[in-house]
Amino acid sequence: MASLSHPAVTAEPPGHGESAIRFEDVTITFEDRPVLDGVSFNLAGGETKIILGVAGAGKTTALKLALGLLKPDSGRIYVLGQEITGIPEEQLFSLRRKMGMVFQESALFDSLTVRENVAYRLHEDHDLDEDAIEQRVREALRFVELEHTLDMFPDELSGGMRRRVAIARAIVTQPAIVLYDSPTAGLDPVTSTTIIELLVKERDAFHTSSLMVTHRLQDAWVMATHVFDASQNRMLEAPPEARGSIRVSFLVLREGSVIFDGSALELAESADPYIREFIA
Amino acid sequence: MELTSPGDFAKERVQAIQDWSVMAWRSITNLFRRPRYFGDIVQQADTIGVGSVPIIALTGVSIGGSLALNTASSLQQFGVTSMTGQLVAISMVTEIGPILTALLVAGRNGSGIASELGSMKVTEQIDAMRALGTDPFKKLVTPRVISSVVMVFFLTIISDLCGLVGGWMISRTMLGLNTNQYWTSTYQNLTFGEVVRGLVKPVVFGFVIGTVGCYYGLNTKGGTRGVGLATTQAVVTSSILILVIDFFLTRLLLVFWPT
Ligand SMILES: Nc1ncnc2c1ncn2[C@@H]1O[C@H](COP(=O)(O)OP(=O)(O)O)[C@@H](O)[C@H]1O
Ligand SMILES: [Mg+2]
Repeated sequence: MASLSHPAVTAEPPGHGESAIRFEDVTITFEDRPVLDGVSFNLAGGETKIILGVAGAGKTTALKLALGLLKPDSGRIYVLGQEITGIPEEQLFSLRRKMGMVFQESALFDSLTVRENVAYRLHEDHDLDEDAIEQRVREALRFVELEHTLDMFPDELSGGMRRRVAIARAIVTQPAIVLYDSPTAGLDPVTSTTIIELLVKERDAFHTSSLMVTHRLQDAWVMATHVFDASQNRMLEAPPEARGSIRVSFLVLREGSVIFDGSALELAESADPYIREFIA
Repeated sequence: MELTSPGDFAKERVQAIQDWSVMAWRSITNLFRRPRYFGDIVQQADTIGVGSVPIIALTGVSIGGSLALNTASSLQQFGVTSMTGQLVAISMVTEIGPILTALLVAGRNGSGIASELGSMKVTEQIDAMRALGTDPFKKLVTPRVISSVVMVFFLTIISDLCGLVGGWMISRTMLGLNTNQYWTSTYQNLTFGEVVRGLVKPVVFGFVIGTVGCYYGLNTKGGTRGVGLATTQAVVTSSILILVIDFFLTRLLLVFWPT
């Protein structure tokens, strides 16, 4: 795993128990409609929190708030212990260096090649020379098994490949936190599985904290029950006694409010009729 | 369709003007703050400038020729067709060159800026850019505004010159004026004030085209349909602004640099 490390840009992941992202009573309104209404949750260091909810529930909005791309109307958001509400965009840039985001439709820059897309952040930071950048870009692309696409443009790639390039772009700086917005949306089941496998690999290789938005419960179960076996280079179902060590939790949003926040087991046993229907 | 109350409508307009002003201001102040994206400025200048030269030259020549025909036919009544060059020059340099260039660039590049930034907005590329530590105002807006200003300025000069050449071609071939006479009456009679007025306008127009295009692009909502809408609005708004500003600017410039 250590192949991707570089001291200049590596963010120290928060230790267990420390908070990676915390929302406190966050409310945001678009055009007089509260999209998130009093949302509170905590993402602990090293934890993966799966955010479930129907379309329009405010999942993407929550991720953009965590990155500081949107500002809440009220409430507080903490990232790696630092409050981000109310600090100017310039200061957010340095914090965002420790975060990676995979957007729903990948959001690759379509005028840039795959290499330039993945290298984008490294070029902006100006603290690596060209050779070092090239090396890190190749490592990140090797991680998602797309090293051969270096000189291609995003529109020459399939949807699944674009998602993988977006993952490479998000993790090239080895961020402490990765945010995934519906990484399997619009993909066929086989491709979806390869994407989830990458997420599991990323989680187990780098021990990042992450928020993962999805509307596919199946993806969530796989994340909660599988671990990555580096020797076989694939994910395997964890034996039941080992599952307790997989740090995955669930958050269910409904009409802008958190209606569930807990473990997979608690979710499976929830008596809430809406949740029962959702996970059926 | 939902009806908006006049109060809300006014509020929206005020908000839009406020947002646009902030963006316009930052597009200038960013020039003095790092990082600066010179590569992007050059690339934008290339897209806006070079591609527009043929159409600007063509319309310049054609309008200059028509101007010569029209003015000559009026001047004939007074027996002073020799003044044709002078009148073509004044109209071209103070008014037609700047306006023609600005409207053409608004249609060709203002729309291009709005649709490019609009599609980046709706595909979350602008958000991705911010997430990756880049200020889109610096990376996208400033280069487009700067190159619009610079390019409209130079394209206006090209348009003016082509207009004069068009006027000369007609004077020479159809009006029987001699070449020397035409050019002498042109540059001897153009005053400093007229030239200054004619060169301040394109700077202002270029600024309007760049900022309005970026404003509509960055505020695009609602998928690909929204991109189409933003494009149209950018062209319509900047064209109207150019025409309105032209009048008041002419008035103002006449105070400082009278003929
Ligand atoms: N910038 C915005 N302006 C206006 N409304 C928005 C904006 N962003 C999101 N919304 C609205 O907020 C709601 C939640 O959006 P989103 O967070 O994207 O939902 P999800 O990702 O859960 O499908 C939607 O109804 C959407 O229309
Ligand atoms: Mg979404």
